[in-house]
Amino acid sequence: MRLDRVKDAVVGQIRIIARHKFGIFGAGIIVFFGLVSLFAPWIAPYDVWETINTAQGKPAILKPPSLEFPMGTTMMGRDILSQMIYATRTTFLIGLVAGLISIVIGANIGLLSGYYGGKLDEAMMRFTDIIYGMPFLPFLIVLIALFGRSIWFVILAICCLVWRTSARVIRAQTLSIRQRQFIQSAKARGCSDLRIIYGHILPNIMPLLLLYTAFNIAWSVLAEAGASFLGFSDPNNLSWGGMLYELWISGKIRTAWWWFAWPSICIVLLVSSLVFISRAYEEVANPRLKQR
Amino acid sequence: MLLEIRDLRTHYQIEKGTVKAVDGVSFSIGEDEVFGLAGESGCGKSTLIRTIMRLIPDSARVTADRLSFRSQDLLSLSDKEYRERILWKEISLVPQSAMASLNPVHRVGDQIVEAILAHSRMGRREAAQRARHLFEVVGLQAGLTKSYPHEFSGGMRQRAMIAMSLALDPSLIIMDEPTTGLDVLVQERILRKLAEIRQQVKKKKAILLITHDISVIAEMSDRIGIMYAGRLMESAPALDVFNEPYHPYTLGLKNAFPSIKAMDKELISIPGSPPNLIDDLPGCVFSARCPFAIPECDVRRPEFKEIKPKHFAACIRTDRVQEFRKLAGEKETWISSRSKG
Repeated sequence: MRLDRVKDAVVGQIRIIARHKFGIFGAGIIVFFGLVSLFAPWIAPYDVWETINTAQGKPAILKPPSLEFPMGTTMMGRDILSQMIYATRTTFLIGLVAGLISIVIGANIGLLSGYYGGKLDEAMMRFTDIIYGMPFLPFLIVLIALFGRSIWFVILAICCLVWRTSARVIRAQTLSIRQRQFIQSAKARGCSDLRIIYGHILPNIMPLLLLYTAFNIAWSVLAEAGASFLGFSDPNNLSWGGMLYELWISGKIRTAWWWFAWPSICIVLLVSSLVFISRAYEEVANPRLKQR
Repeated sequence: MLLEIRDLRTHYQIEKGTVKAVDGVSFSIGEDEVFGLAGESGCGKSTLIRTIMRLIPDSARVTADRLSFRSQDLLSLSDKEYRERILWKEISLVPQSAMASLNPVHRVGDQIVEAILAHSRMGRREAAQRARHLFEVVGLQAGLTKSYPHEFSGGMRQRAMIAMSLALDPSLIIMDEPTTGLDVLVQERILRKLAEIRQQVKKKKAILLITHDISVIAEMSDRIGIMYAGRLMESAPALDVFNEPYHPYTLGLKNAFPSIKAMDKELISIPGSPPNLIDDLPGCVFSARCPFAIPECDVRRPEFKEIKPKHFAACIRTDRVQEFRKLAGEKETWISSRSKG
């Protein structure tokens, strides 16, 4: 019975996305990136940092896309396709982990704040205001200066900041659901506060929550790319933003178009896919947007 | 006595002063009795039941000489004790507007199961079985427990809410406007079903019925209380309230309801509107609208006294009630504001 419900829920979500043409497109792209990052070691032809020699025995420096190197090579003679495949992995991991953690933080703060109100609400919302005042990059720089460059600190920094918008929006929605009659009636039959919050309010704000999950992941991907481009990423885990950073310091940004095209296109694709999916959810949260 | 209330007060402290939503209400309900509480909107009926069910905000101040259930003091119980011992097991609620009282994202049956699980040691499967059984008791197909609220009609939702209130076999069911928003035929069917259920189930069930619909109250209740501006004006066995009312407000209320027997009779309403509950009213709350009020009514709060066995009224001029009953049937009495005498 429990499993049945999970199945129902998953099928329901798929149906929401599938109703929307852009939603299908977005989901397709995300599934594709997901598979690439999952099977990266098996599909990447070369190692990320391996300098490849051409048939003539010279390093293959800055080769434009060809049959041998479908996406070209870098200044150091590394295969961009292999780099892209591994970078997908890093970006995907950071986006997903940071996005999900931040929505969990944001949703809980929003739900508790909105449900209990009063002093707790006041304290939590003022805290959110403070977080709103924090600029992302300086915050990340301080964090990295303190703890060193690591993929987990990038994730931590993103988590610390991205939850703020979702917390506010979910609080607002909670405030309105809390006033509905069925919450009173659940209270009357003796449901505990936690049961009301997670059993009765949460399912009612689900479309909004999923919408903001997609937003948060997209935001995390962008934040990671921005930080990496400025060189604040983990040097051991190459990401799309990190590739652009390598390009930037090589000084070949004006000539090696293939070097910046692929990471940029992929960032745009992934972020817009997430936005497309969120659009599909937005129609459930706000039916007036329905395509006519 | 099952539920005993004496001098119950629920006051809200707001910036402008104290709102006396319930101000000194006394009545009791016996086992297996239906007590109907009538009154116009905003007279404190809902606050009264919320006070009993502990659904009022913490800012409210509740005091009472006595608020007891089976001679156990309810006010001394902590919220947790109340929830574990009394709520739903002994006192359950059919909330106002069943339409909005079911969570749209959960199956109706699951919401009943939730109520059962919250208060008993029953397993999930057993609780689901019980929910199906309850559906049959209220006249819904057992299979409908798997439906969502939007798939139900208004009458079906009302039945589902009644089924939910029966979940743990309580001895007192509080019904807050159970038939409001339903058409008369569905109303009739629900009321008949209710009467039927009370005969069916073994355990005695008392009902506290709250409504502004006098006809529903007249049909269902053993005893009736008339509430006005946070206070009880009169309480008496059902027939007596309508046949020999003692309080001028009840007289006025009677005039305002159509009767099938006298179709051509003009309805007479009570001029004016209820007092603001924030004001200090040392006297009778109805005196400003009462055609029989004398100056004393404005200053002395009438005692809620037993005029004859089981018949209570809060009026200081009950000695002249014969005269008032005659006068109250005439429209002029109510229009010429105060006929001093």
